[in-house]
Amino acid sequence: MTAALRFDPIRLPPECERLRKEVRSFLAEEIAAGTFDPHSPQGGDTDVPGFSKRVGERGWIGMTWPKKYGGHERSFLERYVVTEEMRVANAPTRRFFVADRQSGPVLLKYAPEHIKMDILPRICRGEVCFSIGMSEPNSGSDLFAAKTKATKTDGGWLINGTKIWTSSAQVANYMVAIFRTSPPTKENRRHGLTQFLVDMKTPGIKVNPIAQLTGKAEFNEVVFEDAFVADDHMLGEIDGAWKQATSELAYERSGPERFLETYYVLTELVRALGEEPDNRGAEGVGRLVAQLHTMRRMSVSVAGMLHAGKEPVVEASIVKDIGTIWEQQLPQRVRDLAAFVEPDASNHEILDTVLPFAMKVAPKLTIQGGTTEVLRGIIARGLGLR
Amino acid sequence: MAAAFPHHAVQEKAASGAPAEGSGDMGADRKAGNAVVESENIVAENIVAETAERIFADLADAQTINRDSKGGWKAPLWQALSEAGLPLSWVPEDCAGSGANLAEGFSVLSAAGRFAVAVPLAETMLAGWLLAQAKIASPEGAMTVAPASPKDRIALGADGALSGRARGVPFAKDAGHLAVLAQGTSGLSIALVAASACRIEPGLNLAGDGNDTVTFNNVQPAAIKPAPKGFDQTSLMLMGAVARSLQIAGALESMLDISVRYSNERVAFEKKISKFQAVQHNLARLAGETAAAMTAASSAADTIANAAGFDDAVFLEATSAKIRCAEAAEKGAAIAHQVHGAIGYTLEHILHRYTMRALAWRDDFGNESYWAVELGKRVAARGADELWPLVASR
Repeated sequence: MTAALRFDPIRLPPECERLRKEVRSFLAEEIAAGTFDPHSPQGGDTDVPGFSKRVGERGWIGMTWPKKYGGHERSFLERYVVTEEMRVANAPTRRFFVADRQSGPVLLKYAPEHIKMDILPRICRGEVCFSIGMSEPNSGSDLFAAKTKATKTDGGWLINGTKIWTSSAQVANYMVAIFRTSPPTKENRRHGLTQFLVDMKTPGIKVNPIAQLTGKAEFNEVVFEDAFVADDHMLGEIDGAWKQATSELAYERSGPERFLETYYVLTELVRALGEEPDNRGAEGVGRLVAQLHTMRRMSVSVAGMLHAGKEPVVEASIVKDIGTIWEQQLPQRVRDLAAFVEPDASNHEILDTVLPFAMKVAPKLTIQGGTTEVLRGIIARGLGLR
Repeated sequence: MAAAFPHHAVQEKAASGAPAEGSGDMGADRKAGNAVVESENIVAENIVAETAERIFADLADAQTINRDSKGGWKAPLWQALSEAGLPLSWVPEDCAGSGANLAEGFSVLSAAGRFAVAVPLAETMLAGWLLAQAKIASPEGAMTVAPASPKDRIALGADGALSGRARGVPFAKDAGHLAVLAQGTSGLSIALVAASACRIEPGLNLAGDGNDTVTFNNVQPAAIKPAPKGFDQTSLMLMGAVARSLQIAGALESMLDISVRYSNERVAFEKKISKFQAVQHNLARLAGETAAAMTAASSAADTIANAAGFDDAVFLEATSAKIRCAEAAEKGAAIAHQVHGAIGYTLEHILHRYTMRALAWRDDFGNESYWAVELGKRVAARGADELWPLVASR
């Protein structure tokens, strides 16, 4: 076979099921206490600092990291369970999720010891929020066109330029960003970018929130004017950020957050159709559940491979490609199937509230974190086509 | 063992690199919960699958078969499969079978799908498995099962004779015997029936394989016994649906393989068509559909292989597999043909062997629309807030 795709039927081990129960009862307590409303996906993104700290107290941030840095040395699969339960409950995870999934692991791998000892335990306690500085006004999917410059100065670097579409920058304490330290070479246009850790309180950084079509302003323009970043805040190899970025993508692309973003509309469709749906409603729900189940089994399979120390880059890209298209189409399919729900029935109020929001969220799902086109390019490379 | 906590946990899987000595016995019994036994079973599974793959590669090469319009390849292939004990994989040794475990048999079906095998191998395996549920010994030769559709019913009369009609029975005309699930006044029975005792109206599926209507007109079975407690027609349909899902996923693997290969050979507009982004993206989508089908089918097979019976977990997994694999067949076959252009539409090219079979297999043992309605009804009956716990339980 030219294309050796692997999706073994990996199951979550029993300790995950115990953990799942703990997470569910924790979330039920939080909902009962009014921390967030599970039927309000808008609330899922709201910044609720107290919630992050309580999640940290439970040991559910930095779960897989060494204890030395405040982590809990639990398995990647246990982290998977926490992520999917939080996502399905529409819990407000925004404040810690980026640090937990992406920035923390980058620091673990590339930051000097004293920075790890300083920041990682604070991430684990749910005290600090991270943003990721990748895109620029003329560099989106084409990451290596980034122009924001880091110029060497005494004891550090001066940053000048603009990052854009940066989620959470308005509340973030830190940013992990890539800046240009050298021009690209003829042989390698990806050369010349370096990863840095930036304290968002640094003078010379201005954050301008950008209103999204949902009416909220979750992403930002971040302008750097002679912002100073110390030498010890450089992460990894100078000019070599491209090597560091690619190996971590499997973690970013295959998680449950890549197909559960609009899951709530499926729950509400089932509620609205009632216990005895007609064949049309039943068939629609059946297909959606079959697709969801399959997506999740693919995602768990990739999680199992990551857990076993493999690098399933192509498989992870397939999960994000199929998963984000599914979660994007889900609100439209739910709309089709809800078309004949009796307007006087009483079980569709929540659906009526959440469906328009899901419709508005849908367009971004196949863009953020690697567009469909980029992912298909990666899959095509894996197939030996380029 | 309980179905809710399958033992294919990751840690155990990770131990599967164990040496193969002493594990080549196809009669190895199904055991659970022990990492060492587990790893031996995985090795044994590979040996059974490898045997099947080798026979298919030698005697069911797509190019050779495609050129042989008279079907002269069928007899040698069937003989080799029979000598290796593969058609009776799921029949215990005390019922005259090879006594392979369920997982081993499922891996044979995946291989059969990859080769788009057009002999009644899956059907004979299912028939032997059905008969073994009632401890009826399997005869030699090809078999098939009836009913093969959830809507058909075969009735068992007070005089012990069978009546009714089963439509869309695969390879009935090629089979010596049928394994029949029949409904009597006191419950379900499993029967072995000689094909010659039934009226068989031949038909063909999309791929030109036998797909017949079998009429039971007061047919006296050669053997009949009560079905085990808890076993019903849905159990048979789910098992058949998973078999077809594995075959469809296997056929998609081959469609992806030959489409990628063709795109790297065919030149148009002065370059290989694999260098066109539009073609690359189509093939990436084909890879995605193939991956989804492989995942859904192997997950369902793994669930049945480790479950005590046909419970809610099996229902979710098996129906999802059939639904998702059928959807993947539709999308995948269209892409494979698109990549191949006109040459893939010829009888001479092997592509149709995979695409038409994958599409045809959607219809057997309940099509995807039927199972989607059934799954949707179950989900609705459980209630909206029980949907996620059900999905997360797998």
